[in-house]
Amino acid sequence: MTNLVEVRNLRIEATTDAGRLVEIIKGVSLDIADGEIVALIGESGSGKTTVALSLMGYARPGCRITGGEINVGGKDMAALSEKERARSRGTDIAYVPQSAAAAFNPSSTIMEQTIEVTRIHDLMPPEQARKRAVELFRALSLPDPEGIGARYPHQVSGGQLQRLAAAMALISDPKLVIFDEPTTALDVTTQIDVLKAFKSVMRAGGIAGVYVSHDLAVVAQIADRIVVLKGGEVQETGTTAAILSAAKNPYTRELLAAFEPKPRQTQADGDSGPKPLLRIDNLTAGYGPVKPDGQPVIRAVDSVSLVVEKGRNLGVIGESGCGKSTLARAIAGIHPAAAGDIIFDGKQLERAVAKRTRDQLREMQIVFQYADTALNPAKSVEDIVSRPLVFYHRLDRQARSKRVDQLLDMVRLPRALRYRRPSELSGGQKQRVNFARALAADPKLIICDEITSALDTVVAAAVIELLKELQRELGLSYIFISHDLSVVEAICDQIMVMYNGERVEQITPDKVKAPTHPYSKLLFSSVPKLDPTWLDGLVRDPELVNQYGHR
Amino acid sequence: MKSGVFNLVLKRLAVAAVTLLIVLFAVFFATSMLPGDTASMLLGQAATPEAVAGLREAMHLNDPAILRFLRWLLGLLHGDLGTSYANDMPVAALIGGRLLNTVKLAGITTLLSVPLALTLGITAAMLRGSLYDRTVTILSIGVISVPEFMVATLAVLVFAVYLKWLPALSSVNEAHSLADLVRIYAMPVITLIFVISAQMIRMTRAAVIETLSTPYVEMALLKGASRSRMVFRHALPNALGPIVNAVALSLSYLVGGVIIVETIFNYPGIAKLMVDAVATRDLPLIQSCAMIFCLGYLFLITAADIVAIMSNPRLR
Repeated sequence: MTNLVEVRNLRIEATTDAGRLVEIIKGVSLDIADGEIVALIGESGSGKTTVALSLMGYARPGCRITGGEINVGGKDMAALSEKERARSRGTDIAYVPQSAAAAFNPSSTIMEQTIEVTRIHDLMPPEQARKRAVELFRALSLPDPEGIGARYPHQVSGGQLQRLAAAMALISDPKLVIFDEPTTALDVTTQIDVLKAFKSVMRAGGIAGVYVSHDLAVVAQIADRIVVLKGGEVQETGTTAAILSAAKNPYTRELLAAFEPKPRQTQADGDSGPKPLLRIDNLTAGYGPVKPDGQPVIRAVDSVSLVVEKGRNLGVIGESGCGKSTLARAIAGIHPAAAGDIIFDGKQLERAVAKRTRDQLREMQIVFQYADTALNPAKSVEDIVSRPLVFYHRLDRQARSKRVDQLLDMVRLPRALRYRRPSELSGGQKQRVNFARALAADPKLIICDEITSALDTVVAAAVIELLKELQRELGLSYIFISHDLSVVEAICDQIMVMYNGERVEQITPDKVKAPTHPYSKLLFSSVPKLDPTWLDGLVRDPELVNQYGHR
Repeated sequence: MKSGVFNLVLKRLAVAAVTLLIVLFAVFFATSMLPGDTASMLLGQAATPEAVAGLREAMHLNDPAILRFLRWLLGLLHGDLGTSYANDMPVAALIGGRLLNTVKLAGITTLLSVPLALTLGITAAMLRGSLYDRTVTILSIGVISVPEFMVATLAVLVFAVYLKWLPALSSVNEAHSLADLVRIYAMPVITLIFVISAQMIRMTRAAVIETLSTPYVEMALLKGASRSRMVFRHALPNALGPIVNAVALSLSYLVGGVIIVETIFNYPGIAKLMVDAVATRDLPLIQSCAMIFCLGYLFLITAADIVAIMSNPRLR
């Protein structure tokens, strides 16, 4: 036994809702040396989290480890009894969950949960555990390390919770820590602090780690080696540098390719120059009771003005809570604005959706982030896409059927899919149906609210390509809302940066290297690069971070 | 933070007070709408129209309903529940002893059924999918589906008629020893436990199962926590709100559900009193009984909501 972890030919079966047995991990083998950080990378459904959890001898409900060896520190986790496994969990191997916000018990204090491992396994007296927790809080550069333990999980920010979850994992001096997409739910400016904190603590303690992620750029910063998974099988294993520079496997290359910027050629439409399609003047929208001056108490969007030109795209970028989704909803009228003008195609629009004419509604469509919740699970794809055809165009049955075929062709879905229900489609397919429904209305403008955020990198890249093609064919305009700069860069002619409900800057994609507003600078410089030295070499103006980072 | 909870609780109490007023209003007018005229009922068929008219006058039955309502409300504020039409006794005196009997019955049922239901619900959730869980589920669904008069009648048939172990009627006044007491209360209490436990078991099981599938319980498992620690430290505190609500709802059923049980076993409680009062058109008595039932219901629901507010750390 030379390595800390040696997994050999691991097989895991899952029971589907229909009761069928499916092998989701098909003979995975991997090694982790002492003090080494290995990344498991792959799209959703590739089995990366399942493999990581199996190192703790745990399979989620409905899954079962059916074969292979999982040697961790000389013990075969697959062969141990549940009691013996529980003894290793939290002590030898610790887990940092994807969403710390959900993984903290809301009714117990942070300190109590941080030191719970020491109570369960009787590792040290509570007094000592508390002292150690405070040391860890300090090492993970959490604010107020002495006092933060007394708070409840809902009283600290998401980035802090993620670091607290790491403290919770590290309190027992584990030999191996499993990080399950620990920064995926965080904003990029926060992600950097968390990554830096993880890296320094792991390095200082010489702790081995498994880092599960779908984001190659993040993994490049922290991992020594990368294991690429797809469909429950290892595609390629190699050192980080080797994978990034000389990937052999086609799937790995696809992943890498999704990172390459594909600059958009602006159409040289020679006629008449750009005409404004949508103009927003000083739009304010918010939540809570309305004050006497007509303004809402909480202003999510504060006097934002923008112009979208015909056949051009506007990207809106900003971090969670900056008001970008509220802006989309206010433009669409779903969340009526409190003040401001919306001028669409030369006509002033009512603020509330109920007062707009049917044609106005038709010409402006919105596509939401989660196709899962936006599509009615009880309806077939055909019904979903037909609905706008009936509502806006009053097509008869035959015409409708023809149009559905056309629309499915447009979004590159096989026609046979029309009889399926959303639950029988993959994430990317669902988002295409979601988009086909918007197209069915024959809109002039489509507001895309984070439509690629829930998709895997490769799938998202394909959806973006599709949007570009459709734009060329149909002369659409998009408002593209996202927190992901590379996506916005790939498709937009203009990029508007939002912070705290306000528009801070508007620039063109070729100028994102040199933004002028300090917040844009911070935001753009925080996007991880594929270069493994990027994080260590990153120098940020501490004053900027203090001013704009959500710490 | 503290004042936030205080405000919420105050708000909840204010809502309860308004509800109470509406309930009183509804009770009063619903009972006034009962068919039949009190005066002619009281005087019997031989009464002359003059006598009836005189009695109506004396009982203020000719006054507008709203005036009678306000008068009744004012009386309630002074603790005066009115006078029984049927036997001219103060309603308060009639209700007093009977209420105590009903509270005793409900209290014993609560003391037995709540721990029983919680234990069954929690253990079924912990052993989800096992034979034990399925047995508990099938039995509780079975019990929900059988109406209580059926359970009560069957119990009488089996224990009193065939086996002759227990008395068919529960005459509390004849109880002299503890053994007597147990014999008297056994059947009504068992019937009531059957009726109210099933709902509690199912709701508790569902609430615990839901919290058991949350990421923080999985996190506890990955910390090496034992099954019982996961349930009692992590799942239960967060399932408290829904469980308390389910318990309150089930217990509030006791308040109304005793009517059938008391009638079948001839148990001298307040529900039996109310049924008798309906038979004699004794409006003040009916109103007071209905009011007490509603109060009990309101109290339970309000208490459950307040517990739920207090157990939410986001508000604490």
